[in-house]
Amino acid sequence: MGKRKIQEINAGSMADIAFLMLIFFLVTTTMNTDSGIQRVLPPMQEEDQRDPGMDVNRRNLLFVSVNKFDGIMVGGQPMTANMIKDKVKEFVLNPYDDPNLPTKEEADIPLIGKFMVSKGVVSLQNDRGTSYNTYVQVQNELTRAFNEIRDEVSNQYFGKKFIDLNDAQREAVQKAVPTQISEAEPRNIDKI
Amino acid sequence: MAVIRKKEKREVPAIGTSSLPDVVFMILFFFMATSTMREQELLVQYKLPEATEIQKLEKKSLVSYIHIGPPSRAMRQKFGDTPRIQLNDTYRTAADIGQFIASERDKLGEADRPFMMVSLKADQATRMGVVTDVKQELRRAEALKVTYVATKAAQGL
Repeated sequence: MGKRKIQEINAGSMADIAFLMLIFFLVTTTMNTDSGIQRVLPPMQEEDQRDPGMDVNRRNLLFVSVNKFDGIMVGGQPMTANMIKDKVKEFVLNPYDDPNLPTKEEADIPLIGKFMVSKGVVSLQNDRGTSYNTYVQVQNELTRAFNEIRDEVSNQYFGKKFIDLNDAQREAVQKAVPTQISEAEPRNIDKI
Repeated sequence: MAVIRKKEKREVPAIGTSSLPDVVFMILFFFMATSTMREQELLVQYKLPEATEIQKLEKKSLVSYIHIGPPSRAMRQKFGDTPRIQLNDTYRTAADIGQFIASERDKLGEADRPFMMVSLKADQATRMGVVTDVKQELRRAEALKVTYVATKAAQGL
């Protein structure tokens, strides 16, 4: 048997392979970015100013309060977190023009045209003893309600989901369904 | 006796490229070993709440972080386990937030200042009293864009 010489593997292209891997990992690794529920806080009001919430018509307000035992009350009824969304949707949309639910105002919105914009405001109030978890759950449900309404409106006018819209369309839908969540000035609520 | 040196034709030898992959790998490993993902050392520990309607924080340079939670295990001996606020690398109180926001805002360029965001990372068992104090201070400091950082939950509750 003749000994065959094993051919040496050419290592010259190893550098290219290493570079390729380096670049691949550079491109694909993303620093884990945080995500969360985004909110804009109301600016601090002057001491002598009146609570702007009081100027809103009573029927346009939906009170959501969370007590220190994490009990949730929406519009005077005790609720669990997963019931909030439908209640808020019903409140904001007011599909049957119920006189106890919010008024609507006709607005001319580009791309959409005439649209009845709901004037409903959700007022959220929590106790100092409420757990952060419950607070985030409630915020999440409120956001979910508004997001679902936006999805419905986008579907109706553009045939797409809200996230798939382009910037101009998105702006239009945002105008049609503004996120009306107001956080009341903090105070302790012990009842419920 | 003179040795006449004939001028040799000297050629510069080609540099061997066979060790180039090793060099590249070395650089790769060096960066892998030295780069750290987190610039801040956490002094508090938290379990973030879960939520479904979350949005990504897009520009990291615009974001300032406020951590709230009970002190981490190493610190517990000294500080107990009541929730604390961590700004930069130390425990602070809500009253320090105004200054913190001002210094964070100074770090940003003029054009970016209106887009500054605050990311609130709080333990899910924190009482809202602490969070409310923080929020009030943020309002006072006019840092109004707030994100309640949460982890993505499976659909529904």
